[in-house]
Amino acid sequence: MEATLKRTPLFERHVALGARMVPFAGYEMPVQYEGVIPEHKAVRTDAGAFDVSHMGEIHVDGPSAQGFLQAMLSNDVDRLADGDAQYTLLTNETGGIVDDLIAYRLGHGQFYLVVNASNRDAVNGWLKDREPHGSEVRDASDEYGLVAVQGPRALERLGLPDAPSFTHEMGELDGIEVMIARTGYTGEKGVELCCAEDETGALWDAILARGVTPCGLGARDTLRLEVCYPLHGNDITPETDAISAGLGWACALETEFTGVDALRRIKAEGPTRKLVPFVMEERSVPRQGMPIEGGGEVTSGTHSPMLDIGIGMGYVPPSSAAPDTELVIDVRGKPRRARVVKKPIYRKET
Amino acid sequence: MPAAESYPDDLRYHPEHDWARVAGEEATLGVTWFAQDSLGELVHYEAPNVGSTVTKDSSYGEVESVKAVSDIIAPLSGEVLEVNARVVEEPETVNDDPYGEGWLIRIRMSDPAEVDALLDADAYRAHIAEQ
Repeated sequence: MEATLKRTPLFERHVALGARMVPFAGYEMPVQYEGVIPEHKAVRTDAGAFDVSHMGEIHVDGPSAQGFLQAMLSNDVDRLADGDAQYTLLTNETGGIVDDLIAYRLGHGQFYLVVNASNRDAVNGWLKDREPHGSEVRDASDEYGLVAVQGPRALERLGLPDAPSFTHEMGELDGIEVMIARTGYTGEKGVELCCAEDETGALWDAILARGVTPCGLGARDTLRLEVCYPLHGNDITPETDAISAGLGWACALETEFTGVDALRRIKAEGPTRKLVPFVMEERSVPRQGMPIEGGGEVTSGTHSPMLDIGIGMGYVPPSSAAPDTELVIDVRGKPRRARVVKKPIYRKET
Repeated sequence: MPAAESYPDDLRYHPEHDWARVAGEEATLGVTWFAQDSLGELVHYEAPNVGSTVTKDSSYGEVESVKAVSDIIAPLSGEVLEVNARVVEEPETVNDDPYGEGWLIRIRMSDPAEVDALLDADAYRAHIAEQ
């Protein structure tokens, strides 16, 4: 198996930093360097860098590209100006989520999608199968490196000016040409820097030389869960619809796209279950797949490094979805109390 | 501060990465440096109840890191006399000091002869070298 795993351009650097490498989405990726908790706290208090070069990048270009993406993606592509970015969903006929992604408008008729690594082929195939004349879908994942730098001091450490979130621009960092996207997966301010594949090593070195802490997939998961960003494959799948997942805000139901009729109906009738965040009321760590009493299941669970308590998300009946509702989670046969909370689970003290 | 790798010579070891410090009829149990390093920073210790019975080679509790949960295997059988409350409150104590402040339970052995079947430090080091 191991021989078939792919490596990002930063593999040797991860190993040299003492990272623990694990298989993830077909890649050998660092799960942690120093440890999940110190890396998590570095991002919450200072700045952390994540190798996300395994993620997929797909270009969609041509005079028909905008109309095509409008018909494929849940959010309103027409609202994007050059330099804008948008969180959106690729939905199927039942409103299920093939992938969640960020769409960037690079120019007129020029779009760039950053998709989950494990869905790269699915998204590329889905779009290729449906692309109209005048639109070209091209998987460029192997041409780019991608590094996320996140945290309250991320911009200061990189020497970058502040800019609105969900925008992007071309720029440079220490002489390396990068696309600077004001996006991320941690709930902190920061950027995702995209560069030519063969410059990824130099970019990573420049970022770390500026005092940014290298962070692995372990911290990436605890950070995103504290702020209730869904993980495709756990919280959202082709079988879970966007309304039940609480992603109605990313669905422009007044536009026409695959599955919009199903989503309109679910919204009108009310979903039969809802994805809710919760915190444990007693010492215990919820995990994916654990049953929730009264019907439901944990889809993501971990220990929150900031709150020092078990946290998670899961689907529950609508009657159990209101904040402050008590839940009972079956933790390997033991009933453990939890409480539904508002998003996000962790909010920085102001 | 995570501890440096060590396997003290005065302890006996179970291949499932647990140690025992035997004193008369009693034994203190914990997990080895190798176990805590494999798991990463511990965030939860699901401890047995005082007065309950633990059985050699069977699970008597769980330790969890952010990413994983692991059964704790009893190297010896006996009755639980004490649970380390500090580890319940601060599980990372196990990472900092696996053989000292990070002990997990103290038992009264029901079959002290079981000690003879455990590994000594050299045999345990050889065991983990094969992993």
